[in-house]
Amino acid sequence: MAEILKRKKALSVSPLKASQTIGAALAFLGFYRAIPMLHGSQGCTAFGKVFFVRHFREPIPLQTTAMDQVAAVMGSEDLVVEGLKAICSKSNPSLVGVPTTGLAETQGSDVKMAVGKFRGKYPEYDHIPVVALSAPDFSGCLESGFAAATRAIIETLVPEREAAATQPGRRKRQVNVLVNTSLTPGDLEELKDTIELFGLRPVVVPDLSDSLDGHLSDIEFSPLTVGGTSVDELATLGDAAATLVIGASMDAAADALRKRTGVPDYRFDHLMGLAAFDAFIQVLHELSGEAVPEKLARQRAQLQDAMLDTHFMLGMGRFAIASDPDLVHAFNDLLTGVGGETVAAVVPAKANVLTRIACQQVQIGDLEDLENMARAGGAELIIGNSHALETAHRLQLPLLRAGFPQYDQLGGYQRTWIGYRGTRRTLFELANMMLELEKGEIEPYRSVLAQKPEYSEANDGAAPTSESSAIRH
Amino acid sequence: MKQKEIAALLDEPACSHNKKSKSGCAKPKPGSAAGGCAFDGAQIALLPIADVAHIVHGPIACAGSSWDNRGTRSSGPRLYKIGMTTDLTEQDVIMGRGEKRLFHSIKQAVETYSPAAVFVYNTCVPALVGDDVGAVCKAAEERWGTPVVPVDAAGFYGTKNLGNRIAGEAMVKYVCGTREPDPLPEHTQRDAMRIHDVNLIGEYNIAGELWHVLPLLDELGIRVLCTLSGDARFREVQTMHRAEVNMMVCSKAMINVARKLEDAFGTRWFEGSFYGVQDMNNALRDFARLIEDPDLGERTERLIAREEARINQALEPWREQLRGKKVLLYTGGVKSWSIISALQDLGMIVVATGTKKSTEEDKARIRELMGEDAKMIEDGNPRALIDIVRDNNVDILIAGGRNMYTALKARVPFLDINQERDFGYEGYQGMVELARQLTLTLNSPVWEAVRAPAPWQRPVREVVVNG
Repeated sequence: MAEILKRKKALSVSPLKASQTIGAALAFLGFYRAIPMLHGSQGCTAFGKVFFVRHFREPIPLQTTAMDQVAAVMGSEDLVVEGLKAICSKSNPSLVGVPTTGLAETQGSDVKMAVGKFRGKYPEYDHIPVVALSAPDFSGCLESGFAAATRAIIETLVPEREAAATQPGRRKRQVNVLVNTSLTPGDLEELKDTIELFGLRPVVVPDLSDSLDGHLSDIEFSPLTVGGTSVDELATLGDAAATLVIGASMDAAADALRKRTGVPDYRFDHLMGLAAFDAFIQVLHELSGEAVPEKLARQRAQLQDAMLDTHFMLGMGRFAIASDPDLVHAFNDLLTGVGGETVAAVVPAKANVLTRIACQQVQIGDLEDLENMARAGGAELIIGNSHALETAHRLQLPLLRAGFPQYDQLGGYQRTWIGYRGTRRTLFELANMMLELEKGEIEPYRSVLAQKPEYSEANDGAAPTSESSAIRH
Repeated sequence: MKQKEIAALLDEPACSHNKKSKSGCAKPKPGSAAGGCAFDGAQIALLPIADVAHIVHGPIACAGSSWDNRGTRSSGPRLYKIGMTTDLTEQDVIMGRGEKRLFHSIKQAVETYSPAAVFVYNTCVPALVGDDVGAVCKAAEERWGTPVVPVDAAGFYGTKNLGNRIAGEAMVKYVCGTREPDPLPEHTQRDAMRIHDVNLIGEYNIAGELWHVLPLLDELGIRVLCTLSGDARFREVQTMHRAEVNMMVCSKAMINVARKLEDAFGTRWFEGSFYGVQDMNNALRDFARLIEDPDLGERTERLIAREEARINQALEPWREQLRGKKVLLYTGGVKSWSIISALQDLGMIVVATGTKKSTEEDKARIRELMGEDAKMIEDGNPRALIDIVRDNNVDILIAGGRNMYTALKARVPFLDINQERDFGYEGYQGMVELARQLTLTLNSPVWEAVRAPAPWQRPVREVVVNG
């Protein structure tokens, strides 16, 4: 529906994009006792690490093959082999991810072959799964990297139906949940709670709410993730009753899972807003055969009420959204649902979902594009990551922080956007921000004829003569 | 306040309610009363005077739950936004320390905020205990040298409407006529245009809407000596007696002010409204008519012609969306007719209007606007309003904020028209905002979202499967 405007500038100013490589790394961080090792130079990892440390305010296990200039010219496969050996011998992880970077891809490094070499050379680590994938930063964005890594994990670690004799529906209460990177750990908790309300057992892939939810554990230090989806569990995905897929970016991963296991899937672009979550609840209701719990019905009614209360502020509101495609799509639906209008939508990279975003135009670009579109479109509120704060300041507009990275405030990673409750809170917050704009304010008019003392002080500096101020008692 | 004085306030010869047994100032019925008390009425009537320290003399409930909840705006001082109360304690009441506390409260207000004046609102408890608020005010004024005006408005004296009158009475009695107007600024007299002085009584500058109107008055050479009380200053109230014409804006509540100023100073007055193109035109014409300056009359017509043309163009896109939409109006008082004309200007159909607080004169105007069979609602209990909405396929309910959540709970589109609103609708420009707000809610997708049953409650099950 939306017209997609391609990137037309040479220079990206105030970039919106976070790399596909770290997106892939993030997916690995959603598995238990895992560690991603970026195949590239040291800096690729160091920057990625800082990016996530600032966002999650957690230690982030992330390693590097530390390509140097010799390796860059002479070949870097050996570095992958040595890197894997070092990690496996030191930490005994349950999963090692090896996303490539732009450097490795440009060089033509064959990371799959390198993993083969590692297997040949160090068979003692055969029990440790290694998932390599191509995730160069010169294509895609964080969202697509996350999806690609999830897909690679599925293709590597979920056994095919015939080979493993898995049977869709054998585990009647199990549902696989493939989630995109728009969902925060807070969202995932909400998602799991909701699914459990129907007596179903969710297996979330990847599960950041178990690893990067910001909890204090007894483990003082770990070179690996301290939570997340259990790698062993991946073998059971084929026995699940169904797969729920959240986020259009997960389509290819979902296709792969369905192809391998035959488990039917239900796909949702997002879970923000009444209609989106209704559709989700309806599926849970049908899958489980359980009545919709009173608690959810209540939350739904609360959301409806909030929609009414907030539509006064959000209706005809003009919003500018910059984020990865799935999240822009979600916010646009949410705002459209209460009568708002997206006057500027900017995404960092192309995605299939862009054509489904129901607004006039979607620009593939940066925060400068957002700024220009927001200004031209008369935006009243910005939705974007912490980098957009400067944009918002220049435009003198409020900013709702969403997406990656959020480093100037705490708790962004834990915020719940989805579901009846999350949507309700989001609507309240947006409406409050709109209220603070004091849109209805009328510029005070100062009549030159008025007898107001402070006017004349401002006009000619002469205060009115002090008069007898006595009243009649 | 003595019973006799209350009776005198209730007996308002200029008010057409006086002739009917069922008046806006009738006694509230226990168990079925709605609306505020006399204190409420007095406070909201005067609170917009921006450079005054408004002290509520009483225990916390009176000020505690009412301060700073009115949408009135000031172009200068913000003192009126600061809630002040003596917050009487049990000990004050038992030991009779209320007066002393009030005296010191006035001192504190004067010393801390250097207000142009102090208004002291008496409330039920000190009125019952017998605090002599008038005497305290007088003594405090002598002692601290700042005017201190007692507003004796205990809640039990009567309704909010009575409170409005008490407030007006206090202004006329203590303040009006204690100062002469400033001479006109010299630079305003460069042309031959004669400047005329007027007052706007009952104009509260909600959301700053008066600022849509004032530039036009300036252009016509009409000086507003005082608005009672939106964006007013104490020194302006002092000069109200010198106006050539008083306009009662959209409200009978302070009609006693207009009448008393007429009795004492011969000031002519008219009742008008700034809501809607027609009423705006009428108000400007009424000024010209009563001032009797032929030049002003001509300039007024030219201004009206220009503004009408401009605003008609601005309203055209909105009219397309609003034309034929049905409205139920429940505002009470004068707004019952003044808003009708604004809505009709937008092409909307007013199916019924509330007349609980309207006078016979108001009702006559309503009939004039809506026709003889105009549906008038006396009893605006929420259930009744919702029934009328359902029975008449009403598209939107326009009412005061307290009815808002009733409407929303019934999934009926709503527009807030009373004092708590955030948007100004007065003047030609205000019409555009009104049209925008109406369109915003009428066209909102939320109505469909909240009216549709949940998917699992729909008779035919629609399965959403993309897989």
